[in-house]
Amino acid sequence: MGIADRLIEDVGLRGGVSKLTPEQIQKTVNAVISGETGAKLKAYAETCMRCGLCAQACHFSQSHPDDPSYTPAAKVQATMGVLLKTGGKVSPEFIYGMAQLAYTECNLCRRCVHYCPIGIDTGYIMSTVRRICHKLGVTPQYIQDTAHSHSATFNQMWVKDDEWTDTLMWQEDEAREEFPGLRIPLDKEGADIYYSVIAPEPKFRTQLIYQAAAIMHAAGVDWTMPSEPGWDNSDMCMFTGDFEMMGRLKRKHFESAQKLKVKRIVMGECGHAFRSVYDMGNRWVAWKMYPVPVIHSIEFFWELMKQGKIKLAKKYPGPVTVHDPCNVVRGRGHHEKLRELVRFLVDGPIIETASNREHNICCTAGGGVINCGPPFKNVRLDGSKAKAEELRATGVKTIVAPCHNCHGGLEDTVHRYKLDMHIKFLGDIIYECMEKPS
Amino acid sequence: MHPPALWDWESGQRVILASMERPENVAWLEEYHISPDGERVAVLASLEEGGFTALVNGEAWENPFEKAWCPRFSPDGRFTAIVQQDGMWTLAVDGEAWEESFDFMWSTQFAPEGEAIAACIQSGGEYGLCIDGVTWETLYENASQCVLSADGKASAAVVQLAQLKPADIEAFKKGVYGVAVNGQSWDANFMNCWTPAFDAKGEHVAAQVRLNLYDYSIAVDGKTWNEIYGCVWEPRFNPATGKVVAPVRLNGRWGLAQDGQIIWEPRFGQCWQQIFSPDGKNIAAIVAPDFGKFTVAVNGKAWGVTFPVVTDLVICREGATVAALGCVDNADWQVLVNGRAWAGVWDMAWKPVISQVGGHVAAKVSKGKRQTIVVDGRAFAREFDQVFDPTFSPDGKKLLIRGIDKGSVVRIVADVAQA
Amino acid sequence: MNAAYEFVTGPLAWAAWGIFLLGSAWRLFSMYQLAKQKDAVSLSYMSLFYSMRSIVNWLIPFNALGWRKNPAMTVATFVFHICLLVAPIFLVAHVMLWDQSFGVSYVTIPDNVADIMTLVVIAACLFFAGRRIMQPEVRYITTPQDWVALVIVLAPFLTGFLAYHQLLDYDLMIILHVVAGEIMLAAIPFTRLSHMVFVAFTRAYMGSEFGGVRHARDW
Ligand code: SF4
Ligand code: SF4
Repeated sequence: MGIADRLIEDVGLRGGVSKLTPEQIQKTVNAVISGETGAKLKAYAETCMRCGLCAQACHFSQSHPDDPSYTPAAKVQATMGVLLKTGGKVSPEFIYGMAQLAYTECNLCRRCVHYCPIGIDTGYIMSTVRRICHKLGVTPQYIQDTAHSHSATFNQMWVKDDEWTDTLMWQEDEAREEFPGLRIPLDKEGADIYYSVIAPEPKFRTQLIYQAAAIMHAAGVDWTMPSEPGWDNSDMCMFTGDFEMMGRLKRKHFESAQKLKVKRIVMGECGHAFRSVYDMGNRWVAWKMYPVPVIHSIEFFWELMKQGKIKLAKKYPGPVTVHDPCNVVRGRGHHEKLRELVRFLVDGPIIETASNREHNICCTAGGGVINCGPPFKNVRLDGSKAKAEELRATGVKTIVAPCHNCHGGLEDTVHRYKLDMHIKFLGDIIYECMEKPS
Repeated sequence: MHPPALWDWESGQRVILASMERPENVAWLEEYHISPDGERVAVLASLEEGGFTALVNGEAWENPFEKAWCPRFSPDGRFTAIVQQDGMWTLAVDGEAWEESFDFMWSTQFAPEGEAIAACIQSGGEYGLCIDGVTWETLYENASQCVLSADGKASAAVVQLAQLKPADIEAFKKGVYGVAVNGQSWDANFMNCWTPAFDAKGEHVAAQVRLNLYDYSIAVDGKTWNEIYGCVWEPRFNPATGKVVAPVRLNGRWGLAQDGQIIWEPRFGQCWQQIFSPDGKNIAAIVAPDFGKFTVAVNGKAWGVTFPVVTDLVICREGATVAALGCVDNADWQVLVNGRAWAGVWDMAWKPVISQVGGHVAAKVSKGKRQTIVVDGRAFAREFDQVFDPTFSPDGKKLLIRGIDKGSVVRIVADVAQA
Repeated sequence: MNAAYEFVTGPLAWAAWGIFLLGSAWRLFSMYQLAKQKDAVSLSYMSLFYSMRSIVNWLIPFNALGWRKNPAMTVATFVFHICLLVAPIFLVAHVMLWDQSFGVSYVTIPDNVADIMTLVVIAACLFFAGRRIMQPEVRYITTPQDWVALVIVLAPFLTGFLAYHQLLDYDLMIILHVVAGEIMLAAIPFTRLSHMVFVAFTRAYMGSEFGGVRHARDW
């Protein structure tokens, strides 16, 4: 039992580990622990009572009921615990397992917070382990590639500057067929709203940009999108542990909005990017809160609904269930707005999963886990059994999930556990049901 | 060239465009832009029969284009847009398209003290710059973050020197990025390069570089400083001495380094956007003395007034006046001058401008749906639907205000003393 | 025997209390210094309101999700901590000691109640021990330190119980009891028992982050 028994080959982890020496490991571990951590980590390490209450919190341990090594406290013990105990005197092979565990067996979802009487933040500890892995150069290949893309292009998917604007123009052209006069206003100074997305949208899911433009158009919103880098709000560097790049990305994103003197940033249906703007990235930069308010799509659509700016031609046939993305619900308390909005859009009840609202179970894709790519797909899907069972128990056909990562993860889960459900973004439903001005 | 000295500084108001009605053949008008001297106002227009044109002072360009975007005035008052013709993109300057055209074009740049106009281009999947219609001889796998020297005679961009296979993290780590100056890449390659910047004469280029995943430094003309840092931000040349100054991070705190030597001890939670007075004697930067508290430091000394966010730092010629903006929640904006916040609190404020003589400060501000200008702390008597950044006359006595109100575009020259 | 008793209730008691009080104060102080130096960012989010909100909500049995999903553990934890604090503080014999030495006296609980509470603590310790042995996920994460902490806490109650009922050699037992209690006191700042010192702050921090930044409950 334990990570050493379930190692998976990955080019990034193997390549990184092959260059390590024990001295270098020790130096790096201690540099991070003494340089970047303090009372928080120390108190967590010391006061964890090993009570095991958190075992039931984690979908990984729920999905592996016979394997206690997935318990949050066990994962901490197997990684940070060992580093602290040995003072970083560990082998390269240990680092391999530690990295695999930290990057692929914890979604940093913080569900365990609701179970730990002490108030230990396992997500923070795992982030710190990842930080050490990053500093050691031991990161899974695919997520590292997205981090490289971020550093070179300021977006997650190697989208080049021209491809971005070209895609927006293409979507604008397409949308004009349906909505004559529709614009995706580029670089419009002083707009109320700066709409930002994540790179998979221009790369694979262009219909989301189309839908967003359609909704903005129908609602008569004064909005803009930037034509230059800064448009991608996503942040895989936050998850690889490359905090310097995380800060650089946030600076770029916010300065892009500040330059245009917009009032607010509205971001597409993405969870992790949201965590990065209000919780992690901003802090590295020394902004206590985001310098430009960032409104998640859930809240934005909710506002449009409240202001009567979305008019429905029909309602979406229910019942549905709602998947609460960790970073916007446990991370930002948007669960009731989400439900109000879904009730407005859907004809029929919301059938809740057993764990809902702040207590939701993670889709198992979050925290960069899905971005670790094909080698770890089964780790992820084995871990999502608990989620799958809760979803199956609702008996409905539609999952509303306002987060890209959750979408990707839940699609795989639905497929693997033969749930016969489909997954919808809020934007999908609004676009489908709204009155379309001609 | 058309420097401010030659503009019309006669006090009073002139209507530049009396009617902003949409002409009949126009499906929609986009956003208005106004020339620096306030004499020309331009807007891109989508035509009913398809295609785009620009209306400059109400007159359409001679020939329409399939598409037009990125509308910008050059410092000397030419109106430019990136336009599409026969599916290819080029730049139109006052309606005249460059002869060369490209698969895509973006990010129009103007030489601050010259006439050159440049833009980033992509042609057949290769990337580079095109300056006044002349494309770099060598094009690259990718090129971004382009800049022009002050006189526009030199250009630079971050370029990708080799193709990367999908998810090839090892190749990336070997370093495939560099800086190309006038199309010619440095001999050195890096994991990342950012924000290339020219010196005052356009002879040298400095950029941020990442040597590996963790070590950052500054490279000047391809040569890396000996020192490495936990992180760096944009390097800038001292205009008088030619030395390179960049914010650097050591042990989690930020300071400034000059040619690799620390000149501001790293004791800030943040430090960026350093600027020099043109005489090179003063440096100001936006800093965070404590977490969540931003201000401006001048020559290493931080102002007492702090805001959650500080932006738009400017400094006057001899460094006697330093101004910036502070805000809370991106909503309550104040103009900060020499360590003091002006009393007015605005919904939004724009980059302050400082007169070259006399140390006057003015900024565009807005409240609700109305915009105006504040000069030396007082709001201008009139509000507008839209106003553009103000400009001081070279003697610092007059202020040019360009605004749109009640359906017309006006150009006002006000006496600073009475504004 | 008398001399030994004098010693353990005299100098040794002073030492134990001294280590407990000064040790705890020092640990708190140095932790706070470290936090100021290294976790200034986290500290800046501390909020009294959200700290209290979190602490109060976690002090209500079966309120937090973790409590609800572990009912036996919840009961054991609550009664254990209550009895652990109430029994020794309000025990007649202990209050008499305060009175004799310092002339301070306060309310007491009847001896038979204290006796039951002692048994509850012992039973809870056995329950915790049982979990550490029988429950795989708890066994997996249990370290020797956790056993040490458990034994340290069990010892004064067990010896106290034996002494009170005079089941074994009373004189010896009472000395053992005093020593065990002193070991527990002295161990608080330096073992897992330090959670007594720190838990309010870890909770407060989590409460502040969840309340102030994340607008969500942390229970
Ligand atoms: S995946 Fe979530 S619940 Fe499990 S250990 Fe990580 S943060 Fe805790
Ligand atoms: S619930 Fe908290 S104290 Fe208990 S084992 Fe888990 S992390 Fe440790």
